[in-house]
Amino acid sequence: MKEQLKNLQETATKIICSASSIDELEALRIQYLGKKGELTAILKQMGKLSAEERPQMGQLANQLRSSLEKLLEEKNEELSKALLEMKLQEESVDVTIPGKKVAIGHKHPMYNVLDQIKDIFIGMGFDILDDQEIEFSDYNFTKLNTPDGHPAREWSDTFYLTEDSSILLRTQTSNMQIRAMEEKELPIRILAPGRVYRKDEVDATHSPMFHQIEGMVIDKGVTMGDLKATLNLVVQQIYGEGTVTRFRPHHFPFTEPSCEMDIQCHKCGGKGCPTCKGEGWIEILGAGMVHPEVLKNGGIDPDVYSGWAFGMGLERLALGEYKINDLRLIFENDVRFLEQF
Amino acid sequence: MILSRNWLNEYVDVSDISDRDFAEGMTISGSKVEITEDLGAEITKVVIGRVLTMEKHPNSDHMYITTIDVGEEAPATVVTGAWNVHVGDLVPVALPGCMLPGDKKIERSKLRGVESDGMLCSLAELNIDTHDFPYAEIKPAALLNNYKPIDPEKPSISPDIKAGDKVFGNVICASVQSVANAGINLWTVNLDLGSTQKELTCDYQNLHEGDLVAYDTAKNIILGLEDLRAEQREFPNCIPDGIFIIHEEDAEVGKDIRPVIGKDDHVVEFEITPNRPDCLCMIGLAREASATFNRELKLHTPEIKAEAEGKIEDYASIIIDEPDLCKRYTGRMVRNVKIGPSPKWLRERIRACGMRPINNIVDITNYVMMEYGQPMHAFDFSCVKDGEVHIRLAREGETVTTLDGNDRELTTNMLCICDTEKPVAVAGVMGGANSEIVGDTAMVLFESANFDGTSVRRTATALGMRTDASARYEKGLDPENTLKGVQRACELVELLGCGEVMDGIIDVYPNPQEETTLPLEPDKINQLLGTDIDEGTMRKILESLDFKLDGNIIHVPSWRSDVGHYSDIAEEVARFYGYNEIPTKFSTGNTRCGRYTEIQQARRLAGAVCRNLGMNEIITYSFISPSYYDKIGLPADSPLRDSIRILNPLGEDTSIMRTTVLPSMLEILSRNYNYRNKDVRLYELGRTYFKREDGLANEPEILCMGTYGDDTDFFTIKGWVETLLDSFGIRNAKYVKDSENPSYHPGRCAKVYLGEDCLGTFGQIDPRVMANYGIDSEFYCAELSFQVLFDHQGGLPVYAPLPRFPSTTRDIAVVCDKTIPVGDLKETILAAGGEYLKECNLFDVYTGSHMDADKKSVAFSLVMRSDTQTLTDTEADEVFQSVLQALKEKHGAVIRS
Repeated sequence: MKEQLKNLQETATKIICSASSIDELEALRIQYLGKKGELTAILKQMGKLSAEERPQMGQLANQLRSSLEKLLEEKNEELSKALLEMKLQEESVDVTIPGKKVAIGHKHPMYNVLDQIKDIFIGMGFDILDDQEIEFSDYNFTKLNTPDGHPAREWSDTFYLTEDSSILLRTQTSNMQIRAMEEKELPIRILAPGRVYRKDEVDATHSPMFHQIEGMVIDKGVTMGDLKATLNLVVQQIYGEGTVTRFRPHHFPFTEPSCEMDIQCHKCGGKGCPTCKGEGWIEILGAGMVHPEVLKNGGIDPDVYSGWAFGMGLERLALGEYKINDLRLIFENDVRFLEQF
Repeated sequence: MILSRNWLNEYVDVSDISDRDFAEGMTISGSKVEITEDLGAEITKVVIGRVLTMEKHPNSDHMYITTIDVGEEAPATVVTGAWNVHVGDLVPVALPGCMLPGDKKIERSKLRGVESDGMLCSLAELNIDTHDFPYAEIKPAALLNNYKPIDPEKPSISPDIKAGDKVFGNVICASVQSVANAGINLWTVNLDLGSTQKELTCDYQNLHEGDLVAYDTAKNIILGLEDLRAEQREFPNCIPDGIFIIHEEDAEVGKDIRPVIGKDDHVVEFEITPNRPDCLCMIGLAREASATFNRELKLHTPEIKAEAEGKIEDYASIIIDEPDLCKRYTGRMVRNVKIGPSPKWLRERIRACGMRPINNIVDITNYVMMEYGQPMHAFDFSCVKDGEVHIRLAREGETVTTLDGNDRELTTNMLCICDTEKPVAVAGVMGGANSEIVGDTAMVLFESANFDGTSVRRTATALGMRTDASARYEKGLDPENTLKGVQRACELVELLGCGEVMDGIIDVYPNPQEETTLPLEPDKINQLLGTDIDEGTMRKILESLDFKLDGNIIHVPSWRSDVGHYSDIAEEVARFYGYNEIPTKFSTGNTRCGRYTEIQQARRLAGAVCRNLGMNEIITYSFISPSYYDKIGLPADSPLRDSIRILNPLGEDTSIMRTTVLPSMLEILSRNYNYRNKDVRLYELGRTYFKREDGLANEPEILCMGTYGDDTDFFTIKGWVETLLDSFGIRNAKYVKDSENPSYHPGRCAKVYLGEDCLGTFGQIDPRVMANYGIDSEFYCAELSFQVLFDHQGGLPVYAPLPRFPSTTRDIAVVCDKTIPVGDLKETILAAGGEYLKECNLFDVYTGSHMDADKKSVAFSLVMRSDTQTLTDTEADEVFQSVLQALKEKHGAVIRS
């Protein structure tokens, strides 16, 4: 009997180890360890054994049972694992097949840039001023030191809505300087972006309607040093840390002193290249200290308060940022263009 | 403004400063340099050579082989096709490896078998012309040995014509025996007339020994092409072109050509701001350069001998009728004028500054304008009737032919210079042809005047001719400058020896300009700039710009009309202290919290929702064509047609301010459709413009959505509106069918109401409108008032406890009249359902077979739940029954069997 148990152990171990499926394994368990299995069959012979042999054989049989059970279990685990592996293998996908994309809309590239700038100024304590496009000539010109007879006021350059030239489509966002002075509490820190209009025929660099961004600060003790510090900070935000800037004297009727701000050409580092037309610098905005007369025109005492203002063209900024070579694309609104941004 | 650096050095020596440093320095001090150009950069290795020998090329009927002394040991052999060259001439020689204008390179090459060590250059090849070198004009004789008949069968001149043969009439063929130079463009020629010899002097440059010419025995001249009435192609090589024969004092064999032809200069183009017309001249820029580079400014006061007989007063009188438009008129007279070309130095300077040399008198006026910034004009005084110069407005119907040859019709607001009868110039713009300086002009009146800028600008614009003079006048010039200008012109006349200046000046200056004075306020200046500049530095800067300081009083120079306030003085100080030296520091104001206002945040939210729905943002013009209203089907009496009109639009297409954004959206949708872009979804938060009582406009914003594409229908656009309202926390929207909107499909258009307020309209665009856009497809749009949307925006959400008990769902399908809106059914259901009915969701609408034609089946899923217990079946049944009951009572709807 001992011999039988030993044989069973050997055969069963061998067969179980070579089992190749979980079903087969279950069949083997029944075959060897089931109620009608081979082990039971052997144990039925126990009655024939002597009283000394019986516990001995019993122990042997139990050992055999537990070792086969363990083996079955291990084998089961092994096969399950293999099965899972196989299943996972079968489920694999081609990851290069395109995903189920949800179409999301795009902000207009120009407003992308505008929002970026608004955020920068909001972060510096500025308010965004909602603007007005149809305007009195007084606000667009006269109060900004641009008297009657000034070339900018010609009907060939400005769109007028009344015969007496008193109402027009504003030619610059600078009208918001006066409006802010009249309407806002001091101190003033505003950014006023919006549409402006000039009588230019449409081409790759001109449009009768375009956008400007006006900014202005008025407070006691505001200096040109403050203008430079603030605009330098803004430029670092737009063009990146370490952008080199310079300020050049310029002329605007409503600021004095006036300046233009250049950034060093990022392409050539100031050596001169086609991007900067060989100058090494790229002009980005005009600015200056608010002219004392303009402060007066806005009802502010220039002996107590001073201020600075700047204006920049949004189109040029956006075109530069995205390397767009034709202004017409901006207003054409072809989705193949819009979806690139 | 274009500046010659060579010329500038006469006033301020900055010759040691490189172009780059010069441009940088001037730009930083406020005179912005646009471009610097080395005039000679395009020419290298072109030297002056002397022609040693020349002989006909053995393999060519028109080329010469020359040997040229170019200052090296061995002469160069150069082949040329030009016929105006003679032994002994000085010529420009482009040596192998040289560079000519237009990136042209010349290498050693073989021409018909003969190696040529370069090329002889014409004027054009050096990028100059006969304006620069009038003597280089080439006049060819008709060489009979070059004759090519138009019809080879019928030659006018026999191919074997020889000396003495008759050509026609008195004209016979002569053979050139010898040619000897007799001065610039003059040659003594010995002719063999067949039987006799003849010697004569002529100015044809293409004669050489052995040539056959047509000789007029009666007139004793050699004939040119014109005299023979010949066409150029009959004498293909007798052309008015050839090599530039140099007659310049500084021309030496072997010398670089550039200084000889004025190409050793560097010119700088400035962008001068409109407040600085004083910088539109050499002296103005010299003053800036002197202050910028801290160099001495050397100005010169004109000195005039005025040795001519007579006084100007005896001949001329000047009367200003319009003292507002002509502040000053200064005149001086020159007699015994000898018109001719200007000397080279003057021509070079004029040319370097981008102008053309014309003749000495005209060049002088231009020179003075470039030097002093004072536009000048010269009249042929014999053409000024009665010697009276009137500065007056043009009279009705007056015309003048200007120097450019155009007839100009003048209007009564144009200021003119007139004699007793007629205009002789348009003031400050252009002179008249009737008083033009011509070859036989003997007496010249120089005008140096100050005209009103706006008047000149408007006249120039109206006549469509902006000239160098008008461009200066329109900026507003210094009236103190007229006298200096006229004096300088007369000095130049004497210097050039081209006339005799008469004694006396007529200077009409009714209201002399007052000097501007300002106190020097260093503290205020420092406060404005944020600097700590000491007073001494400020004084030094101002003095370097010719401001005079008298104690604390600043005397502003007459040419600086832009300075009238301490802030202007601050700018002058800052410019030369250096804008970039001003310390950058934030002012010490209170820290403020910048933030977007609620409406600005709402704009951002609206944009974000639209983009999340897949719409791309567009930007369209605010102005449209009135015809766009027709296109979107607006009736003639629509109040939307009451647009604000631009009185001077670019064109009809952009002539009115839109009252609706729909046409803009349809325009862009159509464009994309025509580009075959698929499934397009767009939005714009655009303004509309409505007349307002104060004359300005209400500019309400409209959120406009537009789309087309597969799977797009009415409910796509409605879904967008619903999602937008959800995002804005708005839950009380009511949708009402709108069959009246002329732009939309009468059966597929709705108005959205938020309480009493109409938010806007959406739906499918009417096919008739679509036809106006030429598109056979379906567009869907929404136009929503942004203000209404904002006004109804929900507040902060308040948390509602999550359900603790399970819900029960029952589906209900009823049959009712087709015309009953689903929304009404839903409203009834929600009202009848009581507190347990939490949701009512439509899931099916059915019409068709198994249904009466006027009926439809509508199915909802009802979600019921109690907040305090699990709902029992009985309770759910009760809800269901009361809903059914209400539907029956209100709408006659019965449960679908």
